[in-house]
This record gives sequence, structure tokens and C-alpha cells, in this order.
Amino acid sequence: MTPALTLTRLLADATAASSLDPDAWTGVLGVARAEQLIGTLAMRLDGLVLPRRVAEVLEDAKATALEGRRQALWEAEMARRALSGVIEPLILLKGTAFAAAGLDAGQGRSIGDLDVLVPRAKLAQVEAALLAHGWVWVKPDPYDDAYYRQWMHELPPLVHPERDRMIDVHHTILPLTARRTPDANQLIANAVPLGSGFATLGHPDMVVHAAVHLFGDGDLSGGLRNLWDIDRLLREFGDEEECFWTELGNCAAEHGAADVVARAVRLADALFRTPVPAGWAGARPTDRMFLRRLLARNGWGQETRPATRLAFYIRSHLLRMPPGMLARHLWIKWRKSAGGKERLQQAPR
Amino acid sequence: MKHVFGVQVGPVTFRIGSAWRKPITQLQALYRDYPKDGGVPDFTVRLAPLRPWRRWIRPAVAIGGDFVIPDAAPLPLDQGLLAAEMGMNLQMALGQRRFLLLHAAAVERDGCAIVLTGESGAGKSTLAALLQGRGWRLMADEFVLLDPMTGLIHPFPRPVSLKNDSIDVVARALPHSEWGPLISDTPKGTIRHLVPQAHAVAGAKSPARPRLLLFPRFCAAPDQRVVGAGEAFVRLTQASTNYVVLGERGFLALTRLVSDVTRVAIDYPDADTAAAMIEGLW
Repeated sequence: MTPALTLTRLLADATAASSLDPDAWTGVLGVARAEQLIGTLAMRLDGLVLPRRVAEVLEDAKATALEGRRQALWEAEMARRALSGVIEPLILLKGTAFAAAGLDAGQGRSIGDLDVLVPRAKLAQVEAALLAHGWVWVKPDPYDDAYYRQWMHELPPLVHPERDRMIDVHHTILPLTARRTPDANQLIANAVPLGSGFATLGHPDMVVHAAVHLFGDGDLSGGLRNLWDIDRLLREFGDEEECFWTELGNCAAEHGAADVVARAVRLADALFRTPVPAGWAGARPTDRMFLRRLLARNGWGQETRPATRLAFYIRSHLLRMPPGMLARHLWIKWRKSAGGKERLQQAPR
Repeated sequence: MKHVFGVQVGPVTFRIGSAWRKPITQLQALYRDYPKDGGVPDFTVRLAPLRPWRRWIRPAVAIGGDFVIPDAAPLPLDQGLLAAEMGMNLQMALGQRRFLLLHAAAVERDGCAIVLTGESGAGKSTLAALLQGRGWRLMADEFVLLDPMTGLIHPFPRPVSLKNDSIDVVARALPHSEWGPLISDTPKGTIRHLVPQAHAVAGAKSPARPRLLLFPRFCAAPDQRVVGAGEAFVRLTQASTNYVVLGERGFLALTRLVSDVTRVAIDYPDADTAAAMIEGLW
């Protein structure tokens, strides 16, 4: 069994920890670090008797995750204060939403940027309020800026220099160039208030967003962690809400995302043994390629399976925009980077 | 990875994997007297080509590992040992969570430690290396490990990275020392690693109570002044790579350190003067 596969088994069933030898642990920890799952693993194995060296590494990872969670929630609070009067409540997405809502998916999860969702009609006001409260643009390049504003599902990223944290302000959950067009108004209308000025997406929407993000956009980098999020969400909502799976099916269809949600459910079941109702279970031949890509890492934390990775990289660009537009985009990006290099070479030493 | 070396330095274990044999052979020589380690490591360092063909054609070593900087420039294979050392430093700087990390050197006598901190080029590595010849045990050259629970300094006696002129100065003062290979044309000039004295490597498990916090500066006119606790605190937050991520633990460890020690800035023209000033303060 490869270390990546061992990691997924261990996350799904913590009792498997007792059967690992030191070399297996070394590989599992290497993959977990590279896939940003080490904090999650630490929380999953918390309280078990582990080899001393493993316990020490995981203790550090747990402390890091707890501090990261504190900082992520503080950043959300800073954004909420900056946007009060413009947006209330503030809809949180991804890691910060899981942490703020106290969901299992947030346990030990590493959280990067702050992701929020706002109505498209309020984008200009939101932007002005953030700039007034100290956020600044990360990408001053005019082409990038214009590209984001015309085609992306979010504002160009903003950073708060004092706290060195980024915010991604989304107005929908997929680029406007993508073939799929989720219904942003529906997402906002179904949001669940958390009190304290925050909200998350409705629970079925949360799963749809995670699935769309994983399989409808991007090249599956960090995909193992995103699939783990999906497993946790499905388990928690499936346990607690009687009609959850029916609602998930309806919701996925409304957003035109039935296929990616179905794939997310099948793969979560395959890797993490998610309990799944009869109609959702099973496997498709193409699932194997996705599993190959999700597990493409060795015990040194290195990327493996370069051909599979390349195929998914190309796929991600085709998903994101039509071929003609892609060609133009890459041409401009290439000319800019080549021009940049020339300028560097000519610069006096 | 094809070639592997595992080593323990103080309380920290490393696993270093390399696509080439040479950096591993050099590590084995440099760390000959350190405890070898084959267990679950605290940190992994990878030395691999950025593109497959760069293993053979103009071989270039990209520094990888558990923690990486995205756009770090690769080094030529001749500087593979330096790449390994930089990789280990990077793991500590970005990944260390058990100890508060101070960019400083430390020496010990009678169970108590001097922490020497200051900007790069202030001469703290050179001074710490030279104090070895005057009855001090070298505890750390690059990273001082402060235990937030106990307030003790834990030894991390890596080989001392000396640059340019200081290599000859230290070689003359400590004629029987062990050295790594001379690495020339690096971004920081010529670099050579000095193996700490045997009792420093052997004593890598004995922590020490910090007594003196020194801000040394290599300067023609000798001088010394007391540094306030506030100034020392702020300068050490800037000298720490993990102060922010440790959160409250980091704040408590650092406030305790600056209030427990004597804090002095010294300007010294040579090692004798510095040693005399330190004896006076001790």
C-alpha cells in the first residue's frame, strides 16, 4: 500500500494506527504534510497511544492547526467589522466557514485565505470598504486585474499588509467562463446565519461548492484535503438531517452540478468509506483516473505520476474557458513573462 | 529517494534524501560524530533536480522538504552540501513549533548560557566559534531553541557556517578543528562549515539556563551599554522566525527570557576584547 493510500485509510479509521511500523509512519507523515492534512491527522489520532516520535510531530501539528484556526477566525472578524453596514451577515466559505460553524470538517484543517461570498451587486461597495480599512491589491498588473473583473468569480485578491492575510471576495463559486453556471442568488438566499454576524452556505450548497471546487475547477492540487472535507460534510449532515441526501440531489441539479457532486460522493466513498445511500454508491470507469491523480504523491512528499498530473492540468484549463479564449489568455501571459525576463536581463547589474 | 542520510542534532531529527550521492557523502563526513537516526524524523529535506534532465546536464540542486519557499533558486551540484544545510535551516525556520526559535548563537558554561543575537554580519557566529577556545561550550550557531515550558535553552550544535575572512580567523585560533569542504562562489561568498568541539556534540542533550543576552557588533572602538527589556523584546521578536505562529506561548517565553537575563550590547574590535567584556559581565 502506498503511503498516500495508507494516509486515507488512517484518516477513515484511526484504529489502523496500531498496525503501522516506523517507516510507514514516516511516509504517512510526509504525504500528510505535503497534502496539508497533517493537522487533520493529528486531530483524528488525538488521544490514541502512538510511538513517541510520531506523537511529538502530531502534537506540533495540532498546536499549529489550533493557532491557525484562531488567526483565521480573527481575520474573519476583521472583515466582518470592515463590512458592517455593507454586508450583514457575512457569508464565509471553505475552511473558515467549517471552523466558524464548528463542523467536523474544520477539525485540525489548515486554513489559508479568507473566502467570503457577497452579492454581485454589492461588489463595488465591498471593495471600497475593504480598501478603506487597509486592504491592498496583490496583483497590480492591469491585464490580470481586468481579467479578474471581467471573467473570474471573485475580485482580484486583496491582502491586509499588517496581518499578512489574503481575502478572496467571491460573487459566485465558479469562473464566469466555465461551462457550468451555479445560481449565486440561490446560494445567498439559502445561507444559514451563525449569529455573531456570520453565515455559511446552506448545508447541501456547502457540499455542492466543495465538489464544484474540486472537480469543476482546478487541477486537483490539494484535492485529497478537499475530498476529506466532502467526506466529513456528508457524514455530519447525513447523520443529522433526515432529508439531506434528497436535498443534496435537488440542489446539485439546480446548480447544474449533478455530475461533479455524484463523482465527489463516489470518490469519498472509495477513499474514506463515507456511508452513502444506495442510489449514490457504485463506481465509474473514469473514477480510477481521479483516484490516481488524488494519490499522486510519495512518502518523501514528492509529486509523482507526471503524465496524470499534466492531463489534469490541461483538463483544468479546458474546464475554465473555451479553447479560443484559452489560447489568447496563455499567449498574453507568455508574452508578458518573456518580456519580463528580457527586461531583467537588460537591467544594469 | 536514492541516497539518504538521517541525523539527530540536539532534540531535532532530520531525514535528508538526495538524487545524487555526493551531498550525502559530504553530510556523512561533516556529521561523522553526531548520532545517526533512522526513525520517524521531525523534518524531511529533499535535494532533487528541478527538471529530470538537470540530474545529469548542468546538475542543479533544488531545495525541497516538508517546508519550502516557492521560488528559491537551485544551487550547482558542487554546492550540494550547502543546499542540504540550507534545507535543514528552512525546515527549522518554517516548521519548528516545539521551541521558540531565535536567530542567534549560544554558548554555555557552568550550566548557564549566553545568547548572542544581532543582524547578519554582526559577527555572532565568528564570536561563538572563537569562544569555544576560551572555555565555552558551543550550543548553537544559527538557531537558539528556547523551551516555552521551562525557559531553558536547548542545544542545537549544527556545524558553524563561517564566511569569507572569518574562516581564516577561526582556523588560526582553533588549529585542531574539523572542517567541511571549502564552498566557493556561493551567493554569500566562500563558506566553510566548522564542526563544533567534541564536548559540544556530545553534550547536545544538556539544556542550559539563559543568563546573559548579548547584542554583539564587530566595531573598531570597544563599547558596551545596557539594553532595556522592551528593546530586547522587540529585537528578539524580529530575530524569531516562529514568534507569531507560536501565539501566546511565544509571547510568554520571550517576555520571561528578557526579564530573567542581563541584557547588554557590546562593540568589540577582536575576540580577546569580547571575551574580556563577557567575563566582566558573567
